[in-house]
Amino acid sequence: MIELTDVHKSFGSNNVLRGVNLSVPKGESMVVIGGSGTGKSILIKSVLGLVTPETGTITVDGKDVNKGDRDAFLARFGMLFQGAALFDSLPVWQNVAFRLLRGSLKKPKAEAREIAIEKLRRVGLTPDVADRLPAELSGGMQKRVGLARAIAAEPEIIFFDEPTTGLDPIMAGVINDLIREIVTEMGATAITITHDMTSVRAIADKIAMLHAGKIRWTGPVDDMDASDDPYVDQFIHGRAEGPIEAVR
Amino acid sequence: MSTLLASIGAAVLGFLAAIGRLAVFTGQTVSHLVRPPFYGREFGNALLQIGYFSLPVVGLTAFFTGGALALQIYSGGARFSAEAVVPQIVAIGMVRELGPVLVGLMIAARVTSSIAAEIATMKVTEQIDALVTLSTHPMKYLTLPRVLAATLVMPLLVGVGDIIGIYGGFIVGTERLGFNAAAYLQNTADFLEPLDIISSLVKGAVFGFIAALMGCYYGMNSERGAMGVGRATKSSVVAAAILILAANFLLTEAFFSA
Repeated sequence: MIELTDVHKSFGSNNVLRGVNLSVPKGESMVVIGGSGTGKSILIKSVLGLVTPETGTITVDGKDVNKGDRDAFLARFGMLFQGAALFDSLPVWQNVAFRLLRGSLKKPKAEAREIAIEKLRRVGLTPDVADRLPAELSGGMQKRVGLARAIAAEPEIIFFDEPTTGLDPIMAGVINDLIREIVTEMGATAITITHDMTSVRAIADKIAMLHAGKIRWTGPVDDMDASDDPYVDQFIHGRAEGPIEAVR
Repeated sequence: MSTLLASIGAAVLGFLAAIGRLAVFTGQTVSHLVRPPFYGREFGNALLQIGYFSLPVVGLTAFFTGGALALQIYSGGARFSAEAVVPQIVAIGMVRELGPVLVGLMIAARVTSSIAAEIATMKVTEQIDALVTLSTHPMKYLTLPRVLAATLVMPLLVGVGDIIGIYGGFIVGTERLGFNAAAYLQNTADFLEPLDIISSLVKGAVFGFIAALMGCYYGMNSERGAMGVGRATKSSVVAAAILILAANFLLTEAFFSA
């Protein structure tokens, strides 16, 4: 279980997280929604230790994320970044197998390549993509390579940061289905950051809405439409009028 | 008056803080030398990029500088009937001073800028964050291989630069100024001392360390966006060039004033 308690994070005078409390049980797919700039990405980066909160605690299975063996901790995670964040200088298969080519999970090169090709196939990419460079791929293909990299070491916990941003509706649907399938198949705990409501309905077991630096509402995806919270209602229906200011 | 003092104080504090950050970064880089894992492939790539692919620019710079130096010394020496010192002064000028400094500055232009732009772009596209999530320390994977490779390969580049620079002077001396080839080479060899060569190579190692470190430091601390990458690249080259020239003065003082 991932647990955030009273997490605060500021950048200068900008108080991004102002006391976030959130629990994500093991094996659950949690989607965090909220407007742009509300700190959704900072939230998952805090869990990974990429950003250090000023106050509050973050635990995974009861252990503080900032204590203990970092490598062993990070080996439990996979992450799909918003822009895929593929390494330009490495061919696709080495991006996917990055973790399998070095460190505690190191495997022989041939085996790592085989696993990479299998993961590429899993996300709908053919083996001929394996030796290309990331710059030679379309945005949708890069996202899928990023997804293959996130699942390559079969992590227990996967984070998806804006997985469908910048993709056409069909490719977005493909990515959503893949994420849902992978999370269900692997039994992984997942946190997805998005403001794409189609993704929310396709991926989520539960939803948390982040607004003004706090979790405004949380509940099962099926309860989202019946929520009487005016902030959630405005957000999921994309209305310009409501308590959330359109100009931020 | 108090506003002026406050501004001066803020600038001094900012400068000291920057020195502190750079010192910490340097310490962290060096500390990874003795802490595994080591990334041999990245080190090999860095050797190739910084060393082998810099040879053309180093060679051309040294050749033309050696030639120009020979002409300058000849025309300057003619004012007091000392034209014959061309081989000796070209040799000492190239090996002690111009070889290491020019190679250092060319490496600052070619390698520091390239490292800073590459790492800064990796930072703004979240590739550095991705490295961390893949259990790979960015300092170990990106900084240490580049700094180590530059420190080790720069003495070789400076050595090559020194030789090509002397050769440039030799070509001008024998083809344009009428020096005897054998006598030119003999004078060059006789005049150079081991300390001249050692100082040249030590300077090369120090300049290589500075050039790669500045590229990595500004790349890692880049701000967001294209402007951030541009600013990091520019600042890295300026800082590397200034630090190389400052280090050159200090090393020259240490080697030849004792």
